[in-house]
Amino acid sequence: MFRSLADAIREAESRHTTLSAVALQAEAQDQGRPVEEIRDALRRALVVMRGAVDRGLVGDLRSASELVGGDAAKMRTGPAGPLAGTPFRDVLARALAVQEVNAAMGVIVAAPTAGGAGVLPAVLTGLAAAQGIDDEKVVDALATAGLIGAVVAERASLSGAEGGCQAETGAAAGMAAGAAVEMLGGTPRQVGHATALAQQGTLGLVCDPLGGLVELPCVFRNATGAAIALAAIEMAMAGVEFAIPADEVIDTMGEIGASMDVRYRETAGGGLAATPTGRRLARERLYEIKRSGG
Amino acid sequence: MVSLLDIIGPVMVGPSSSHTAGACRLGLLARCLVGGTPEKAHIELHGSFARTGEGHGTDKALVGGLMGFRPDDERLRTALDIMEREGLDYQFEKTSLGDEAHPNTVRMTLERGERRSCMVGASLGAGRVMVTEIDGYPVEVSGNLHTIVLVAHDVKGSVARIAGLLAEANVNIATLKLSRKQRGGDAFMVIEVDDQPGEAVRDAIRELPWVTWAFRLDKVSA
Repeated sequence: MFRSLADAIREAESRHTTLSAVALQAEAQDQGRPVEEIRDALRRALVVMRGAVDRGLVGDLRSASELVGGDAAKMRTGPAGPLAGTPFRDVLARALAVQEVNAAMGVIVAAPTAGGAGVLPAVLTGLAAAQGIDDEKVVDALATAGLIGAVVAERASLSGAEGGCQAETGAAAGMAAGAAVEMLGGTPRQVGHATALAQQGTLGLVCDPLGGLVELPCVFRNATGAAIALAAIEMAMAGVEFAIPADEVIDTMGEIGASMDVRYRETAGGGLAATPTGRRLARERLYEIKRSGG
Repeated sequence: MVSLLDIIGPVMVGPSSSHTAGACRLGLLARCLVGGTPEKAHIELHGSFARTGEGHGTDKALVGGLMGFRPDDERLRTALDIMEREGLDYQFEKTSLGDEAHPNTVRMTLERGERRSCMVGASLGAGRVMVTEIDGYPVEVSGNLHTIVLVAHDVKGSVARIAGLLAEANVNIATLKLSRKQRGGDAFMVIEVDDQPGEAVRDAIRELPWVTWAFRLDKVSA
């Protein structure tokens, strides 16, 4: 797989093809498997992603601590805001839905991780539904997302414990933004700019879950991560370019993560987890979980 | 090398790839040591597994893995109820396995029929795991491939003999790690293989007079 998005973009441009095509070919070569087998695995992933969106939107699930659940459904049935009826509101609902399913021990696709699993399905299935895009294009977009995620894994990190939330929902936003731009007909160059624009918007984002559980703020970070991805997609599709290339933005994310205090890397030692309310909720809810036997 | 399908995957029951999917895989590996679902288990949780394990379903995932459920099996959510219904005697304890141990480490002491075994393993993140100790012997098993673990007296030609048995069974060796505490002492062998080795080849290895014990561990990665 590629270690540089710039290399992949150059290859796609020189061969007059898409980033998903070069990503699928590279993966097929790396793994010694036919492209169609990899596409089959991505098709299965898409089925699970759609299943998680639908399951979460029902609204009856609650996490072990009961701190999260039911908010995705509110985005469907609750009062209208200024963006009611737009794909934006729908994408937020889908991101909350997947992450609520994750928190309730439902089945999700860890893409790139379980904690950041809401962003990519929300953006891709939400925009595909809004624009009537067929599934094979969404499967291609998943390959592009995988390529971007692989570059992040090589150059920085995809672990909140190593790099904070910028490495989980931040990386997911970069993956979703780039993947969606290809799905919507953007060029490989625009994919690169969308990735850079989304990742830059999440630089420095800490991982500070209450009690160390993948619940709060994780569920909402997935929604806001999806919102940042949508902002990046809209700008990149309009032809906006970001001066720092995606590879260098990703390197920056890795560098910030490496120098991030351990309190902000999934230890519940800082950030929202360390607020008076955060500590109280974690104490009460963890006690409840233990008492009820989980 | 990072695979595209590692990034878009695995399909798993939430909420945490390290605390849930990784824990389940450790349970799946441990059950191999007693040849199936253990009747009794003493499960000691260390570090973050002990601190946030309940909220992450680590206990359910370990129990589910011991019962043979894979990381994407929705029965993980109700694994503790299933365990009780099946009459399995699994006990949890929080412990400290020392500063050296990875934050997500578990020690499982298992019994099934006549068999008894103890495994220490850690969940390294993103669902990857490492078994670090089996019955007191230090090992390194990732579960990324089918694995044969064995302890043998340090005799000349032992590697060739075992490689020969595997070749006869049409099992291709991917990696082989050999270590020993001292010359002439016990040798540890961790053999990762491409194809699932059958019980016959395991039994043939066990019958070698200089082999103390040998186990097959399943491939547990996606």
